[in-house]
Amino acid sequence: MSFLSIEPIRLLLYLAGIGAFVGANAAYLVLAERKIAGRIQRRPGPNEAGYGGWMQPFADVLKLFVKQIMVPPGADALLYRLAPLMVMAPPLICLVTVPYGETLVARNINVGLLLVFSLGSVNVMALMLGGWASRNKYAVISAARVVSQNVAYEIPMLLVVITLLMITGTMDLNEIVRQQAGGFWHWNILFLKANLLMPVTFVIFFICMLAELNRAPFDMAEAESELVAGAFTEYGGMGFGVFFMAEYSNIVVGCSLATVLFFGGWQSPVPIALLSGPLWGPLWFLLKLYALVFTVMWIRWTFPRTQFYGLLNLSWKILIPISLFTLLLTSVQLKVF
Amino acid sequence: MIAQKEAPSAGPSGEAPQETFVLNLGPQHPAGHGVLRVLMTMDGEWITKAEPVIGYIHRMHEKMGENRTWAKFLPNTSRIDYLSAMHYTHAFVGAVERGAGIEVPPRAEYVRVITSELNRIASHMVWWGALLSDLGGLTPFLYAFDDRELILDLFEGICGARLTYCYYRFGGLCNDVDDDFLRGARAFLKHMPPRLKLYRDLVTNNIILRKRLTGIGLISAEMCRKYGATGPVIRGSGVPYDVRKVEPYSVYPKFDFKIPVYPECDSMARYLVHMDEMEQSLRIIEQALDQIPAGPVMGKVPRVLRLPPGDYCYAVEAARGRFMVRIVSDGKDIPYRVKLRTPSFSNLSLYEEASRGMILTDALAMLGSLDLVIPDIDR
Amino acid sequence: MKPTIEQLSAAFSDLVGTRTDTAPAAPAPVQAVDHKRKGYDFDATVASPQVVPAAEILDRLGFALDAVTGVDWIARQEMEIVYDFFHPETSLRVVVRTRVPRDNPELPTISSVFPGANWHERETHDFFGIRFLGHPNLAPLLLPEDADFHPLRKDYQP
Repeated sequence: MSFLSIEPIRLLLYLAGIGAFVGANAAYLVLAERKIAGRIQRRPGPNEAGYGGWMQPFADVLKLFVKQIMVPPGADALLYRLAPLMVMAPPLICLVTVPYGETLVARNINVGLLLVFSLGSVNVMALMLGGWASRNKYAVISAARVVSQNVAYEIPMLLVVITLLMITGTMDLNEIVRQQAGGFWHWNILFLKANLLMPVTFVIFFICMLAELNRAPFDMAEAESELVAGAFTEYGGMGFGVFFMAEYSNIVVGCSLATVLFFGGWQSPVPIALLSGPLWGPLWFLLKLYALVFTVMWIRWTFPRTQFYGLLNLSWKILIPISLFTLLLTSVQLKVF
Repeated sequence: MIAQKEAPSAGPSGEAPQETFVLNLGPQHPAGHGVLRVLMTMDGEWITKAEPVIGYIHRMHEKMGENRTWAKFLPNTSRIDYLSAMHYTHAFVGAVERGAGIEVPPRAEYVRVITSELNRIASHMVWWGALLSDLGGLTPFLYAFDDRELILDLFEGICGARLTYCYYRFGGLCNDVDDDFLRGARAFLKHMPPRLKLYRDLVTNNIILRKRLTGIGLISAEMCRKYGATGPVIRGSGVPYDVRKVEPYSVYPKFDFKIPVYPECDSMARYLVHMDEMEQSLRIIEQALDQIPAGPVMGKVPRVLRLPPGDYCYAVEAARGRFMVRIVSDGKDIPYRVKLRTPSFSNLSLYEEASRGMILTDALAMLGSLDLVIPDIDR
Repeated sequence: MKPTIEQLSAAFSDLVGTRTDTAPAAPAPVQAVDHKRKGYDFDATVASPQVVPAAEILDRLGFALDAVTGVDWIARQEMEIVYDFFHPETSLRVVVRTRVPRDNPELPTISSVFPGANWHERETHDFFGIRFLGHPNLAPLLLPEDADFHPLRKDYQP
């Protein structure tokens, strides 16, 4: 036990664990998405490779690995190769600060929330670089759209987070989870004493998260029928695979954050000793995480895409005023009550 | 909110216009259109000029009409617009019957109407699925095809083909419908209305879809008239023009059905016309199934068919609009000229003028709402 | 607006009265036709320079353009250009015909009156080689851009 609590060993184990978690998630969330899409569309989804298709991710990864990586002539050599790396790094780092259980957190940084949001912007930069470096008209249009969209949606998201910070008083993610102890009525989403519009705040956060992740109905950047594959048009083989993996890792990060901030993280919904404990913590966390991930995928296969200006209008004209209002409401409530 | 902008012009100090680039929506494209190429000159996200380039699937059916006998051209008619093949065969068969003075027994006419209307529903289902997958909602396509499978199974039972039927002959049908078909058609009439309601609730009333299509792609009635656009395009612009009502053919005068017309001229109007047309088709099929008489399905046709010299026309309301066949005969058993006037050709010809100044996403939504089948344009 | 056959006859008689004598011979210029027998109601034959005034008459009466096509009468060394019109409000169908000599098939374009004729005339040019004077862009529509053959001519050898 003392061996494992030596700091460098502990960190290495955590990094390996997170790497494995991200890798497994990226691989199997793709399969989950395809199966969920299939069931929503009344068809089975991939079911050939292995029983129920569980070996499909291996087949996909193998296929991507054996494809030749072609750098298009005229593409910016450094930036083209750098973009996939830049897009994969932020989710890995963000997951370092997320508490999976009471003591199961890689590095409990006391500005964990700030770290996560600053790295989210790096993701945008990577997509933009990838699109621009490809020297393809579709990719450039897509990169421009990604930047406008993400900048527009970061603002209401941060306003929502500021609202939460006023309530919790700390940026430490594990501390935020500890404050939600007691049962699901103590979870932040139902914390009406501090903010009457808390569920609305969650909805805004969720919408902004979908937009930041470039997921439908906000996937203008990769609008298939218009821009072929958007920023990834010129990437083939594992380069494309990395972008894809990063997208799913980002979904995991976004949903982890939503779980921690609004749904009590690793707290059990009923405060019985039987259902709480060092093993139950990660279980509750993963349950809530995957419920949110399922919702994200469900939404993708149900709604069509918005127009680009509709998307920006939603952010600038609707979400920002509402989130400013909830911020004001929270500060008034906290001061008065 | 309509996003539209004037074409860029020289600035106040006379400098060159904003730099435009050419985006090629190539013939190979993930959008559900087919082999259509649109050369778009764009200023950022706005289109200054969108020029459709067609001819990638041009098979020259009109020349094929000139070197085979009248009957041998029948399979060609299904392949012009494969999604509503029954209508196209109907037009050609009707033109020849008009020219040769062949009488069609009433039972055959009723079966023609039933099969045509079922085909219209099948075609609209494909249009609906394709439009929504263009807009990013990939799920309705699968649901639409579930319904379409029922229709295709019925057709397979009577003529052996699922897509390119060649069911009508000069003077009637190639074979009669059996009880399985009539039973299956009635079962379909029961199956479809709840599905249409599901689509209305889940898709048509979806706010994102409404925002995508309302106010987008305005085509005035005057533009329709000048370009000869017909079908849901002209009915979505407030003009109640439907060949079945204005220039009736076959036994359509015997049925009581409405022509859905929406005056807004936008893509949503065209969408709603399509959806309402499906309901009206169900009404027609129901009435036809109730009224269908017993009797032969083939009239008297000479063994070697020769038409008197002259030209003859026949027009039908195909799923996409007005399809007209003009045949010129010089008395032989081979046509002298077969002209196929297809609806998608005229509907697409107005795209260049209508899409000026539109934003790319809206131009593509409008293209989907025009209901194009590229083989129909290129023949 | 619902035009009648009488209005059409009157308008076209005025037009036909002004036809020049360079036009090739044609049968009875203006006639009402049995729709059930032929599929159209009114048939007018005009001289080739007069297709634009004819189109303007029909535009004023509210007709819509159905199709523009050609027929190669090789035996008579003529090409016939047939304009089909339908009316959005009545069942009237009008056919306007004209003939041009086969070795010099030229006539004015009606695309200034009916913009839809732009594509129809391009297609007719593709198939028959008929030149429409004043057309903004007579490039091949359905055939390849560099095509120099006209497939629907009766003497076309592939």
